[in-house]
Amino acid sequence: MAARADARHDGEVQKPTGSGPPQDQTSWSGDDAGYRQPAAPAGPAGPAGAAPEHEHWRAWHRDGMTPPWARRPRGRWARGPKDVGPLRRRPEEGLVSGVAAGLAYRTGFEVTVVRLAIVVASLFTGGFVAVAYVVAWLVMPAIGTDTTVWSQARSDRRGITLAGGLASVLFILTFITQLLGSGLLATVEWPLILCPAGLVLIWRNAPGSEQARMRHLAEPLLGLTTDRRWSRSWPRVTFSVVLLIAGTVILVDGHKSIKMLAPLGGAVLVLAAIALLLGPWWLGIARDLVEERRARIRAEERADMAARVHDSVLQTLAMIQRRADQPQQVVQLARAQERELRSWLFDGRAPGSLDDENITFAGGVRRIQQEVEAQHGVAVEAVTVGDCELNDDLGALLAAAREATVNAVKWSGADVVSLFAEVEPEAVSLYVRDRGRGFDPSAVPGDRKGLAESIHARMSRRGGSATVRSAPGQGTEVSLTMPRSAGERQPSRA
Amino acid sequence: MTAPSRPRVVIVDDHGLFRSGVRSELGGQVEVVGEADDVQPAISMIAERLPDVVLLDVHLPGGGGQLVVTALRAALPEVRFLALSASDAPEDVIAVVRAGARGYVTKTISGTDLVDAIRRVAAGDAVFSPRLAGFVLDAFAAMPEASQDRPLFDPELDQLTTREREVLRLIARGYTYKEIARELTISIRTVETHVSSVLRKLQLSTRHQLTRWAAERRLT
Repeated sequence: MAARADARHDGEVQKPTGSGPPQDQTSWSGDDAGYRQPAAPAGPAGPAGAAPEHEHWRAWHRDGMTPPWARRPRGRWARGPKDVGPLRRRPEEGLVSGVAAGLAYRTGFEVTVVRLAIVVASLFTGGFVAVAYVVAWLVMPAIGTDTTVWSQARSDRRGITLAGGLASVLFILTFITQLLGSGLLATVEWPLILCPAGLVLIWRNAPGSEQARMRHLAEPLLGLTTDRRWSRSWPRVTFSVVLLIAGTVILVDGHKSIKMLAPLGGAVLVLAAIALLLGPWWLGIARDLVEERRARIRAEERADMAARVHDSVLQTLAMIQRRADQPQQVVQLARAQERELRSWLFDGRAPGSLDDENITFAGGVRRIQQEVEAQHGVAVEAVTVGDCELNDDLGALLAAAREATVNAVKWSGADVVSLFAEVEPEAVSLYVRDRGRGFDPSAVPGDRKGLAESIHARMSRRGGSATVRSAPGQGTEVSLTMPRSAGERQPSRA
Repeated sequence: MTAPSRPRVVIVDDHGLFRSGVRSELGGQVEVVGEADDVQPAISMIAERLPDVVLLDVHLPGGGGQLVVTALRAALPEVRFLALSASDAPEDVIAVVRAGARGYVTKTISGTDLVDAIRRVAAGDAVFSPRLAGFVLDAFAAMPEASQDRPLFDPELDQLTTREREVLRLIARGYTYKEIARELTISIRTVETHVSSVLRKLQLSTRHQLTRWAAERRLT
């Protein structure tokens, strides 16, 4: 635990200076003990320890004397004025957890610089900054919320057991590696144990959208994907080949001298003993993991179904309430909804799904326009540039776009909603904009299904992204982007 | 050239109801000096009244709106045309703009926006609706290939600059010039310059992509 607190501490000292002026490098490029010392007694007040260096670096800019080393790249390093306010993760803007993005906002550096600093610092400290990163992920609340992943994880006893089990397995593995005299992994043992354990806790307790993103990142490594294409599985294969070669080399190395045979035999005995002792427990954990995955799939299916019911049945019910004084329209709406529901339940055609007919992406956008105009009587101006075949990802994009459009029509009060879609080789982007009353996105309660589930989660489940720009009185713009996978980039224009 | 405070306008549209609707919507902000319902009457009326701006329906019984523009463009360069249509088939819109109209808006445009568009056109600027911006982005999207029948193309006319693309994208997303200027931190005047330059390219570019593209769109 001491190592962990220490590590976290280092991380926070180091991230700013890593990308800071080279002058400061002398304070951390030396041996580990040398640079850890000044901040060590501060304990949890780690950031304060870093403040003087920080102030010094800020002073350059205040005085308007740009130091020579910063003159050219400064524009690329600095992302703009520093964000005041509490340090928060920004999962929407991050690659993994948004910790780096949050730090970037806070320190005023370009996010890429912060990321590089974290990676470089992790390499230099033998992985302890990576531990600090995982800890930061656990204890730093995401922007707009006050709950941390840790506050959830604390009560997750199963997750703690799982993390402990994983840590013990990893500990024994590194222990044996060390016993066999390999220096290869010895230097990174604690981070190698702590990071996965922390990630297990995060995995179990992070909000749904972050889980989806983790899964997206981890899929190729773990081989969870059903897609057996080489492009997806090569990281896993490469990784296992590297492990295999390293292991063989270590073993062969050990056999060279006859003296090594005795400890090797001992190690095997110890291993067997541990396996006997803890084996059943580990097996139990493995079973739990399988069960866990099933439960997750069920939960995801449920969420998908909830999103669809929300888009179809709940929307129609809301419209029926609004038009209670027009019986003709109510009947019409109810009938249309009934038809849709029947075709979903009995013919397996999802409501709002477009793959039942052979239409292209632009056709899908036009259909959203027509249907929303017909149902809600508000003009939708749709503009599409380029076109391509529909697939599941773009279907999800269209479903999210439909939801955003319906939201705009229902809540903005604007008499026209603009829909702009552009198909580019790398990605498809779609913008839904209105000039209506707008709202404060950070003030939307988390349980409002429309924005959170139907738009954000739907996009992130497929690797896309959604951002909402709005302010009271200034209208709203929802930007949706879905990357296109390599296989379908050949231009197709209708 | 500065815009007259009350531009003189002729409305050319075959729907009487629409003409009177526009006339009342424009209110006192422009001076409607005439109305016409077909190509020939429109040509003679415009030549006689010499308005600042002609609001021109793309679809007229006696032929497309571009006939009116083509007939008068050379003789009366100071009369500016703003195309209007209800349905926007890209080939018609591109045709009327390439004939010389200074802009294109849909008939769903609000009264204030229409007055604004008329003022802009009267001042010599270009007016793009989101739809037209989308068409132009689409038409200029494919990189021109140097083919046998036309090995050279003019990059000045056949390609859009990055900035012009950005401006068009924002127009297509429903941004006004003012909002675009704020978004890109440039002046409104610069936005107008970019749009005018796009209009010039659209009118002068001879790349067959444009015509071919419009013809292809007809099939879908």
